[in-house]
Amino acid sequence: MSTKEKSRISDVIKRNEEGLLADWLQEQDSKVRHNIKEVVLREQCAEFLQLLNVAYETGLDIKRSEWDGVRKFLAEISRRRGEAGFSPSETATFVFSLKRPLFTLLRKEFGKDAVLLADETWNATLLLDGLGLYTTEVHQKTREEVIARQQQDMLELSTPVVNLADNILALPLIGTLDSSRTQVVMESLLQKIVESGSTVAIIDITGVPTVDTLVAQHLLKTVTAARLMGADCIISGIRPQIAQTIVHLGVDLGNVITKATLASAFKLALERNNLAIMRTASPVKHKNIEVA
Amino acid sequence: MERIPILRMGEFLLVTIQVDMHDRLAMTLQDDLTNKIQQTGASGVLIDISSLEIVDSFIGRMVANISAMSKVLDAETVVVGMQPAVAITLVELGLSLPGVRTALDVEKGMQLLRGALGAHEEEAQYAACEG
Repeated sequence: MSTKEKSRISDVIKRNEEGLLADWLQEQDSKVRHNIKEVVLREQCAEFLQLLNVAYETGLDIKRSEWDGVRKFLAEISRRRGEAGFSPSETATFVFSLKRPLFTLLRKEFGKDAVLLADETWNATLLLDGLGLYTTEVHQKTREEVIARQQQDMLELSTPVVNLADNILALPLIGTLDSSRTQVVMESLLQKIVESGSTVAIIDITGVPTVDTLVAQHLLKTVTAARLMGADCIISGIRPQIAQTIVHLGVDLGNVITKATLASAFKLALERNNLAIMRTASPVKHKNIEVA
Repeated sequence: MERIPILRMGEFLLVTIQVDMHDRLAMTLQDDLTNKIQQTGASGVLIDISSLEIVDSFIGRMVANISAMSKVLDAETVVVGMQPAVAITLVELGLSLPGVRTALDVEKGMQLLRGALGAHEEEAQYAACEG
């Protein structure tokens, strides 16, 4: 494409900017039900047209540094729309909806020269497709970032180690145990054991939906690591189905102490520490249960 | 040559590893400790590894071996103060150290030793009565 033709299309846009902008806005209005304020959208569109025009003069390769401005602007828009919950196609429509107004304009300008019109239309299609795909890419990346952040949040939220009594820790597990989660669980449990000097840790798996061989292996690893540090582990909250699964799978829980409920595990832990829960004769003023 | 000190505390021996273990040091410790148990007739050994931050499979195996040897020489062994990172590493290496007694710190380790020895003595008395 020669320099002359390049400047021609940007010339056309420059001359008809107002009309094009109006057409484009109307096009977007008809295509997407968006909740962006008209003024904001108008500003965005106008800025995009300007940036596009500047970049257009330098060539059609959108990967080149001259297109940095356009790409940055589009990335910003798709990121904002991605965060606002727009779908990828709604986001990409921002670019694609420019096609019809632009083509109409091109037809009006170059209508007499069929070859030129075809060439220019093809160039504009290529360009807008590239930019549209780019918005989709950024949109997807934004959503992926959100997912990754949520996963990280969940990982941190879902491994609380709580102190039940002197020297007794509990780790209520909720959700599926995979390798990365086990690592976090193991680390936080062991760290807490060191910090609190606890001798018994209860791992409660009431909230773990399924136990397969891998999960069992992860649990065993955690128990072994805790034992190496000098703390005993009790696994509690084993539901009947899970007990059946464990036996059917042939998982050897070895010397690990298992209890059906957290209550019985807690009782055992108290016994280990020479503690007991007593019923008092008369109501105690501050506490109902006294650990003696 | 660098050596790990072995301290005598009553009927127990106290080994505190305060430097990074390398292979030869571990071998020397193994020699020294078995000799010392034999000389002193100690009934319990307490190995404090709270300063140990790096382990490999060899050192892990040495710890297991040393406690097994002490047991053969009729001395109860407790490994105390293992760091979380070390525990995780050993488990990932597949070294769960079965048969090694562990405790969180020296104090709890001492308690465990005394408890274990008390049980032994009771057993011995029981055996004597039966005999």
